[in-house]
Amino acid sequence: MESTAPDQLLRTALADTHVAEGARMVEFGGWYMPVQYRGILQEHKAVRESAGLFDISHMGELLITGEGAAAWLDSLLTNNVARLKPGRGQYTFLLNEKGGVIDDLILYCITSERYIAVINASRIERDFLWMRDHLPWTHSHPQAERVHLFNESGALSAVAIQGPNAEKILSAFLASDSEHTGPCALSTLPRSGMIEHDVENHEFFIARTGYTGEDGFEVFCVNEDAEYLWKELRKFGEPYGLAPAGLGCRDTLRLEMCYPLNGNDLSEDITPLEAGLGKFVALDKPCGFIGQTALQKQKAEGVKRKLIAFSVTGKGAPPRSHNAIYLGDKQIGETTSGGFSPSLGGGIGMGYVEIASGVTDGTAIDIDVRGTRLPAVVVAKPIYKKAAKS
Amino acid sequence: MNVPDNLLYAESHEWAKIEGEIATVGITDHAQSELSDVVHVELPKVGAVLKSGAVAATVDSVKAASDIYAPLSGTVTEVNPALSKDPALVNTDAYGEGWMFKLKLSDPSATGNLKSAADYTGQIS
Repeated sequence: MESTAPDQLLRTALADTHVAEGARMVEFGGWYMPVQYRGILQEHKAVRESAGLFDISHMGELLITGEGAAAWLDSLLTNNVARLKPGRGQYTFLLNEKGGVIDDLILYCITSERYIAVINASRIERDFLWMRDHLPWTHSHPQAERVHLFNESGALSAVAIQGPNAEKILSAFLASDSEHTGPCALSTLPRSGMIEHDVENHEFFIARTGYTGEDGFEVFCVNEDAEYLWKELRKFGEPYGLAPAGLGCRDTLRLEMCYPLNGNDLSEDITPLEAGLGKFVALDKPCGFIGQTALQKQKAEGVKRKLIAFSVTGKGAPPRSHNAIYLGDKQIGETTSGGFSPSLGGGIGMGYVEIASGVTDGTAIDIDVRGTRLPAVVVAKPIYKKAAKS
Repeated sequence: MNVPDNLLYAESHEWAKIEGEIATVGITDHAQSELSDVVHVELPKVGAVLKSGAVAATVDSVKAASDIYAPLSGTVTEVNPALSKDPALVNTDAYGEGWMFKLKLSDPSATGNLKSAADYTGQIS
């Protein structure tokens, strides 16, 4: 119940706006961020039924440019960059040599010589230094002088507008500029697609994506425009029930969808194959990528553990991370995420279990929550199914 | 924040209403607001003997679990059965329907460590 001293923490361009709006601020990965405005349950419901607005400026943005950008990125990332077309994004992984996840990220192709990687807040420095160390420095390298890497995380802000009304609200805002005559292409923007759009001389980079399972957008801008963007979206969102939302419901929403949280469900000791995210790994791409050999070997030998999702069947305290998972009397793994699902009204979570245990969808397991074994059942991902869209 | 005058308060945000040798215990309006959305309350067993300052209950909000401490020493005589069905009573009626447990005090006069409403208001403001 203690409040966090904000002096040592990093602040987004919207921190003062959150405080002025009465948000409860907490430390998250070194950042001073809103955990909630009016309440996590209320904000969760708003996102599922109407729309919510999140400050995600703590996330990092790396800009990669140059003739050699695509080929170089393809040698570092698991997904197929060569297949990524301008105006599209793809979920992908940055791996270490062992195939462990340094970061999970979305790579957007602006043009064939200009890419933006949107990375996790806690991994900005790690990702940037890792990538910098793998730049083609030497003149003998075929891509030397043809790739440029910039860390724009400090200059850019971002908000996520998420929920069934997100498109209407963002469209209304984009159409509000009388000077701007071009069409608002949001209705035809596919999932993971991105466009650039300006309103009253403020430039925005808009991607149809999110971390909630609902339709929605992440809107990027320079820090100077963040407050304008936030206030305009709040204004245009008001008739549609747009709620400002904090990281608390961002976590409950993503957990219902089984989206992994780096640091919990992913780490440098866990591979994408173990996490069940092999479809974002172009395992046999000819150019190769860091971690490819380790993943090919792991696939050939078979993974030893896998990430399962579960739902608690009885009443009890919500599971958290690091709870033991039991099959009968035998511990078969440990939770990596857990919490209360507002949509389901009960405890849910994810965790790694030994493949040898044989658990599969429908298997009854127990979760040890602070010494009490709670009955649970392994369920297919996502845990919350209504909103699953592609 | 609501801080009723007729109750005593622990620094760790529990309230106690003392009637003879029985104290009814819950958490304050300030505490429930800080915790927000309570989704589960683990109550002590009837008959449990608690020392002042010992962990008596655990409250899970959506976000985290928090321990609740016994503001006074005594034996648990009753726990609030309504909280297992509707834990959110802690949020909606912290000083009423959201009470947690009753203690038969080992020493009803030993309330010296607890604060008055005025002192507790000072602590949280």
